[in-house]
Amino acid sequence: MSTGTEKIAMAETVLRVFRGDAGGGALVDYKVPVAPGMVVLDALHYIQGHLAPDLAVRWNCKAGKCGSCSAEVNGRPRLTCKTRMDELPKDEPIVVMPMKSFPRIKDLVTDVSWNYRVNKKILPFQPRPGTNWKISQLDVDRVQEFRKCIECFLCQNVCHVLRDHDKKEQFAGPRFFVRVAGLEMHPLDGANREGLLKDELGLGLCNITKCCTEVCPESIHITDNAIIPLKERVVDEFYDPLTMLFRKMRGSSEKRT
Amino acid sequence: MSTNYEVREHDVLIIGAGGAGLRAAIEALAQGASVGVVCKSLLGKAHTVMAEGGIAAAMANVDPADNWKVHFRDTMSGGKFLNNWRMAQLHAQEAPDRVRELEQWGALFDRTEKGEILQRAFGGHTFKRLCHVGDRTGLELIRTLQDRGVQQGVDCYMECTVTRLLVENGRFAGAFAYWRENGRFIVFKAKAVVIATGGIGKAWTVTSNSWEYTGDGMALAYEAGAELMDMEFVQFHPTGMVWPPGVQGILVTEAVRGEGGILRNKLGERFMEKYDPKRLELSTRDVVARSIYTEVREGRGTEHGGAYLDISHKPAEYVKKKLPSMYHQFKELADVDITKEPMEVGPTCHYMMGGIRVEADTGQSSMPGIFAAGEAAAGLHGANRLGGNSLSDLLVFGRRAGMAAAAHAQKTAYASLDNAQMQEAERELLAPFSNKGESPYAIHRDLQTVMQSLVGIYRNAEDLKRALNELQMLKARAAAASVEGSRMYNPGWHLVGELKSMLIIAEAVTKSAMARTESRGAHSRIDYPDLDKQWGQKHNIIVEQRGEMVRRELPIPPMPDDLKQVLAEQQ
Repeated sequence: MSTGTEKIAMAETVLRVFRGDAGGGALVDYKVPVAPGMVVLDALHYIQGHLAPDLAVRWNCKAGKCGSCSAEVNGRPRLTCKTRMDELPKDEPIVVMPMKSFPRIKDLVTDVSWNYRVNKKILPFQPRPGTNWKISQLDVDRVQEFRKCIECFLCQNVCHVLRDHDKKEQFAGPRFFVRVAGLEMHPLDGANREGLLKDELGLGLCNITKCCTEVCPESIHITDNAIIPLKERVVDEFYDPLTMLFRKMRGSSEKRT
Repeated sequence: MSTNYEVREHDVLIIGAGGAGLRAAIEALAQGASVGVVCKSLLGKAHTVMAEGGIAAAMANVDPADNWKVHFRDTMSGGKFLNNWRMAQLHAQEAPDRVRELEQWGALFDRTEKGEILQRAFGGHTFKRLCHVGDRTGLELIRTLQDRGVQQGVDCYMECTVTRLLVENGRFAGAFAYWRENGRFIVFKAKAVVIATGGIGKAWTVTSNSWEYTGDGMALAYEAGAELMDMEFVQFHPTGMVWPPGVQGILVTEAVRGEGGILRNKLGERFMEKYDPKRLELSTRDVVARSIYTEVREGRGTEHGGAYLDISHKPAEYVKKKLPSMYHQFKELADVDITKEPMEVGPTCHYMMGGIRVEADTGQSSMPGIFAAGEAAAGLHGANRLGGNSLSDLLVFGRRAGMAAAAHAQKTAYASLDNAQMQEAERELLAPFSNKGESPYAIHRDLQTVMQSLVGIYRNAEDLKRALNELQMLKARAAAASVEGSRMYNPGWHLVGELKSMLIIAEAVTKSAMARTESRGAHSRIDYPDLDKQWGQKHNIIVEQRGEMVRRELPIPPMPDDLKQVLAEQQ
């Protein structure tokens, strides 16, 4: 995993990295040479390659496309592959911690399997019967924002419902509201997910503090464009007196688009 | 040694959860097989996620004159006619259905004004053919397949690495693997396996590939007795980032050129006018990569040893809309605003055209029960792959391999697992903890240097010979590599196994490159700069015999008249 950093070392910095597992651990300092344009993940690779070959780091593409290398850098949830060393204060150690909201496995690697279990609950895309598969670009543009999500789980990590209150059993978290928004606003989708959102995914627990939006590396407007519109749908579906009456009369609910 | 391993049974085992593996899984499930997918990373992180430009399929939404025959011709001619013609035919014929199917599973592509799937131009494609979602087509594809697979009930073993295929009396019986999280062993008992593990870019220093690309599946198949084919054909994508050092090799999508990007040297010359005056920037990847390389070698490179790629003549809003991730990538990682200034780009190791030799219709390798699809398999792309043909390859041949593997499983009983093989696999995995050698990272860096400097874009006999010698020494060092720490999520330990795979495949590449005394597609020999008719009629085959890597040649089967006719229709 040579990154060429060895050749053009200009200065040194200290990375203070959490080493440990579910049982506990400590911060360990590593001196790392800094090259122009270097990112925190480069520095972690330098540590693996030269100082601590068993340092556990999850990563794949190192290009901001896969969302694997999430961690907390100087207290802020980030993708380490997109966190430039030259943006961080130069005179103090760079502290790298694993994401707090998920159980620790080892060092910077956490157990994110809960997310995959939540994902299974979501009703997948169901094309409306008889569609001719013609879609306007305008309709595509509306949902593409949600489909940019790279599943880095930083929004899940920072959401206080999960981070501070650990309501993983009742609450799906921003990532999955984004996923549902992508399905609900798909121009050809015919499924109905309002009940799921209210009862199983716990949408009501979100009190729109927008922490998720702030950390999203894809700049998805999670709160404004996904969560709030979904909340409105749930309210319309379950708490609007006219709809309730209408549903009672019809005995079913019609899918909105 | 314990033999009390965790054991899981599946009709069909799939190794790799990228586009090919997931498409194979979906198909095998649809055929009623029980399916297990094993992958080294988390689901959805496979290399497919990085694919940017699009899926090539002759849907004729933008250029009505397009059809499968033109796509077939483009693919064959891009591959310098070394392609398996049957695969090229199936691929061109079936790709449009595979794209429509993705759409029916919820994928959303960019649209034409009539509301159909929009298609863009790409190198070597006669017509606008690439269905795309901005420059994040791979993400859309993998998310769609992932959700479809999960919904259909695929069992997924994430962060689990297969280190050996178990073979009983010459047929596939199962696989030995370990969980990356805790280092515990797990054995898969299966009737058929689909290898969909991608390529081998991590054997080179400058690569667009992720850490997973260590040639595992090809090495597993080779060690189980299957044949590899056309291993000398390694694609260097012309445009990787070259600066700053940490981002060197990261892909700059061909869509930049597809959308009108222009290549210039430091003198401001549009140098493609010299190398391919007709197709210019949209020439095939082998040609563009060599052109950039030559410009740099002859002293006309940019400050950091690349070429300029400029899209800033297009409206800024258009660039941000069609190439959003390129815009952010350069802005965030290189402080370059591509709507205002040119990018610096240079060749990066990107794709393996060679791989496991398979039957065109089924993906069956030369070993019963072992199937392969996607980049791990050889054939479709011949000597050079066209951009966009990889995503369609994954879908067309992933599906076919999944179908054939399920059919094979249906008429096969489980073979018994051989304890000796499992114990040997365990012994091999544990050896680095008691070895007294060096860190696998140091050996990996040296392997990358050897492949980068001696088995790169331009090759010659002397370099290749030196590389073979170096590889032998690296093999000895790798066998003695030692690791620190425990079996819990230990990347150094994981790398030891991957190093073994990379060394096998690097040797196969180098041996094949040495033998092919001609220049064809991505394989350029300075000492043999021309096409050789004789070599145009045969493949290089690599196979293990009595513990030795053996190379032989295999004639290309004659093309049927109807396909010859299609090629002859060329304008």
